[in-house]
Amino acid sequence: MSQNTNQAPTSTSVGTAAGSDIDGPGARRSGARALRTIWGNRKARAGLIILGVFLVVAALAPLLAPYAPTDNSFERNADASAAHWLGTTAAGEDVLSQLIYGSRISVLVGFGAGGLATVIAVLVGLSWGYVSGWIGEVINFIVNLFLVIPGLPLMIVIATYLSDGGISVIIAVIAITGWAWGARVLRSQTTSLRSRDFVTAARFSGERPGRIVFREILPNMTSIIAGGFFGSATAAILAEAGLEFLGLGDSTLVTWGTMLYWAQNSNALLVGQWALLFAPGLCISLFATSLTLINFGVDGISNPRLREGSTGR
Amino acid sequence: MTYALRKLGLFLLTLWAAVTLNFALPRMMPGSPADAAIARLAQNGPVNEATRAAVEAQLGIPDGNLLEQYIAYLGQVLRLDFGVSYTFYPEPVSGLVAGALPYTLVLVGAVTVLAFVVGTLLGVLAAWRRGSWADALPTVSGSFMNTFPYFWTALLLLFFLGYVFNLFPTSGAYSPTGTPSLSLAFVGDALYHAALPAVTMFLTSLGGWIIGMRNAMITTLGEDYVTFAEANGLRGRTVALRYAARNAILPNLTGFGLALGGVVGGSILVEQVFGYPGIGFLLFNAVIGQDYPLMQALFLMITVSVLVANLIVDLLYGALDPRTRR
Repeated sequence: MSQNTNQAPTSTSVGTAAGSDIDGPGARRSGARALRTIWGNRKARAGLIILGVFLVVAALAPLLAPYAPTDNSFERNADASAAHWLGTTAAGEDVLSQLIYGSRISVLVGFGAGGLATVIAVLVGLSWGYVSGWIGEVINFIVNLFLVIPGLPLMIVIATYLSDGGISVIIAVIAITGWAWGARVLRSQTTSLRSRDFVTAARFSGERPGRIVFREILPNMTSIIAGGFFGSATAAILAEAGLEFLGLGDSTLVTWGTMLYWAQNSNALLVGQWALLFAPGLCISLFATSLTLINFGVDGISNPRLREGSTGR
Repeated sequence: MTYALRKLGLFLLTLWAAVTLNFALPRMMPGSPADAAIARLAQNGPVNEATRAAVEAQLGIPDGNLLEQYIAYLGQVLRLDFGVSYTFYPEPVSGLVAGALPYTLVLVGAVTVLAFVVGTLLGVLAAWRRGSWADALPTVSGSFMNTFPYFWTALLLLFFLGYVFNLFPTSGAYSPTGTPSLSLAFVGDALYHAALPAVTMFLTSLGGWIIGMRNAMITTLGEDYVTFAEANGLRGRTVALRYAARNAILPNLTGFGLALGGVVGGSILVEQVFGYPGIGFLLFNAVIGQDYPLMQALFLMITVSVLVANLIVDLLYGALDPRTRR
């Protein structure tokens, strides 16, 4: 817990918006320093290693998996054996192979939807923080609307309408319902940064607003954006698994979510096919945990106050 | 007063936007509910024009141009008339919702309050005893539980406590032999059936409250007035609860208000796993059966409850913390 005990903000870190991360332009060196800070955090290092394993498994799935994920020529509901380390499904597919291939979709959705939500959050949040007047009010209203409308029901409703869209629809739906919180956090950072000396200097030297926002202000928020990305990616992985589990994704795909869906559908509980139930859920948890652990390290370089955002829900 | 009026105005505007979104969503999407219903009919044989017209009339498919449809829709929403359900035809949607609502309200409501109270207290303790096991245990297990897909936790509990050890019923809100009433026997039976979903939701939501409260509390513990209170020689517990926690609880209260709003939406995945006949389970069935009227009504109801909770929290917040009334 050594990292967490340091979270109490001193009066200086409360005063400056993003702690040590702010040093004006020339953010590349601070980027390298940020990476070192993350790696230096024990929890974050563990997270990076777990994430690395998942990335390798996803990339090398065809080499690592003993069988094709949809090959259903095996004995049904078989127990674990030398040929099938985790047994087979009710349809006669190898569970381990499905698990290995399933990592691909979770990685794709986590990084795809998480990345897309982060991009929207950055674009909206930074512009919103820089503009004033009625445009700001309009953006405020839209962001509030997306914040208050319950995400999962909206996701379910949209996914139902677009039932034949496949994984790209899932990614889009998760991104659309998941960007608002990040936009709000980034906006408050932007409003506090826009009055800094280096921004004023850039403005007086005649820089265009777009350039000031995305070239001068943006590099100073890398840690917050990275934190937001890992948070969005975690949420995306859980959301995708939930949607697939409800049968709202493409149930012909092999993902951890659809594995649980078929496990529930074929009463894996009753026929004792324990691995089909335990393994995908454990993988989802581990993957999400790895991103959360990395976030501990990212939190360490940004404002501890931001951790208040992890309330409830 | 202007603060309250502004919040109320914003609430009405958001409400209108949400209602309009609910109107626009099905119209922005490819295909129509009638097409879906007719496609299902078509599985049994070809569908001619007359049948199609009859189906559309029966399902209450709107006619007229978009503006007329919108005005008719607003009128229906005001009268709480959401048409008839496709999957439970010809039951009216409002009746189905009214039947499912009590189960969700009682189950999810009680769990939300309990998790908030226990989690917030644990968060205060964790922040106050920072660095000790009373901090490490709830914080680490809390953030770990947060990354569990909660339907998975539900499946595991169902597997072990329901099937392996046979301690709890595995689905439904009461025994098949029971009839809903306020008798002691029925209430006991209903509580017994609610136990597993309740434990699932309690365990998976606890971590958020602990961590939220702990982080806010640590911030307030660094404030001057807390140091001042300590320097004045006040007892530790007085400083922790009267000074620090009282101010730190505001963000958690916001979350609590929103969570209460979320109660109506139930816990869709948990209700689905346990076959618990609340709002979430109803939404799941509506989705599976492509029951668009039911789905739209449920989505609107869930959204409105969150909006109302949000408004109440905003007004309370303004009363509790004068600084927000700028």
